[in-house]
Amino acid sequence: MYAQMIKSEATKDDPEKLVAFQARIDADEKIEPKDWMPEGYRKTLIRQIGQHAHSEIVGQLPEGNWITRAPTLERKAILLAKVQDEAGHGLYLYCAAETLGVSRDELTEMLLDGRMKYSSIFNYPTLNWADIGAVGWLVDGAAIMNQVPLQRTSFGPYSRAMIRICKEESFHQRQGYDAIRKMAEGTPEQKKMAQDALNRFWYPSLMMFGPSDKDSVHSEQSMAWKIKINTNDELRQKFVDQTVPQAEYLGLTIPDPDLKWNEESGHYDFSEPDWSEFFDVIKGNGPCNVDRLAARNKAWDDGKWVRDGLLAHAQKRKAAKVAAE
Amino acid sequence: MTRDEAFFQFLLRMGDNTLILGHRVSEWCGHAPVLEEDIALANTALDLIGQTQMWLGLAGEVQGEGKSADDLAFLRDAWDFRNVLLVEMPNGDFGRTLMRQFLFDAWHSIMLTRLRDSKDARVAAIAEKAGKEVTYHLERSGDTVIGLGDGTDESHARMQEALDYLWPYVGEMFEGDAVDAEMAEAGIAPDPSGLRADYDALVGRVLAKATLTIPDSRFAHKGGRNGRMHTEHLGHLLTQMQWLQRAYPGATW
Repeated sequence: MYAQMIKSEATKDDPEKLVAFQARIDADEKIEPKDWMPEGYRKTLIRQIGQHAHSEIVGQLPEGNWITRAPTLERKAILLAKVQDEAGHGLYLYCAAETLGVSRDELTEMLLDGRMKYSSIFNYPTLNWADIGAVGWLVDGAAIMNQVPLQRTSFGPYSRAMIRICKEESFHQRQGYDAIRKMAEGTPEQKKMAQDALNRFWYPSLMMFGPSDKDSVHSEQSMAWKIKINTNDELRQKFVDQTVPQAEYLGLTIPDPDLKWNEESGHYDFSEPDWSEFFDVIKGNGPCNVDRLAARNKAWDDGKWVRDGLLAHAQKRKAAKVAAE
Repeated sequence: MTRDEAFFQFLLRMGDNTLILGHRVSEWCGHAPVLEEDIALANTALDLIGQTQMWLGLAGEVQGEGKSADDLAFLRDAWDFRNVLLVEMPNGDFGRTLMRQFLFDAWHSIMLTRLRDSKDARVAAIAEKAGKEVTYHLERSGDTVIGLGDGTDESHARMQEALDYLWPYVGEMFEGDAVDAEMAEAGIAPDPSGLRADYDALVGRVLAKATLTIPDSRFAHKGGRNGRMHTEHLGHLLTQMQWLQRAYPGATW
């Protein structure tokens, strides 16, 4: 649906300008906010960066779910630092999106009324402490896989935000792996928690790369524009190849009986996730969709008096300053 | 009471204040009115938990029973906690959370400034490090209290309500007892009653700018810092905070 809209808008652009724009992209030049860009490029970027920002914000919820129950002071501090980083990522990304002519408040409204999405993974619950490890190891691991190539994306502000974000994400992934390793090496109950977390997060993590290339509606144009660098399937394969040995090291079993090394291809063969579940989650029927959005709406509605109050105070001070001059 | 016993109690008071308040503030994660506040609240909670590690770490050392900061945080029951009642009060709305933070930060910053002169070098070092963080906490909570107190009619009313609700929990921070007398004599920590004048001046300045009225009562709820009688809220907080350590004893995380 969206891809169709983008296509029809793209054709309204001046063909000469489009050719020149594509030439700049092909020459690996960065596009900056004041440069001319096709309407479809702008819209696609707003959708992609906004969705990424929303994911950082909603992503605070499943991790925040365990801050008050973290088992040691150190784990609590690490998790707080991580969630604080995620909120900071949201802030850079909203700023990057704002350079495209959309305000943070507009984007927030679109998240809250369901017009914009966030990563499907955050619609899954965090049920035991090992989930926090699994989120760092698998979810941040998959996110890094997606984001590292985006450091080279064609839109300057997005590329620069990604460079900063990737540095912090790799710390997040390491702390997640360390947390789950502690449990995999711990008591039988801890090991059970670690395995349970892997069982629940494995397929949703594979879904994070999006549908298979043949079913992905946004891929082709986005790749030509270098908004997207690799295909969904390439990144998913890379993630599986990286993660399987890590799980083996932990002594945990990936919940896929068909997973095996393929000597010929030099990659692991693995089962596809259940794509009907993925589309259900996207449509709003994941285990936590309703609660996540309700929590964000409540925070926004409950916070209105605070935002209004601080704004009113700032205006009073400004008026007083003007009167004094 | 020996000097070390008093010292241990003093350190628990410092560490339990930061632990319990850090926990309360962390409950906001993902629910703040604006993204900048999510970041600032997480940052404040993180500082407070870091300070807890230092105070309770030293407490374990002074106690001499081989207990770690984690043992003290996760394996004591409510009656052994020594935080003031103020910090265990539930978050309420954002206004109450920030008012609680301001009323505590003002005390905390004055206390830490005095503790930099402690004759115990370890206490002075913690106060030095924590003091820098708390200077920022106070600046932020003070500015927010002013902004909301002198904002809209609604924000003003909510902040006044928060102040009225929390004011009876302020006095406990200045109540001295035998532990404090022992610490003062040893030159480790000041007698808390000696901080009140500075506190009143600081809080008075900020609340005046916030156009808020300090309640005309010095009545003080007490019982947290000596453990005699906490509020009902603390037990619930501990069931969450201590759950994993209690449910799986002996595991390392």
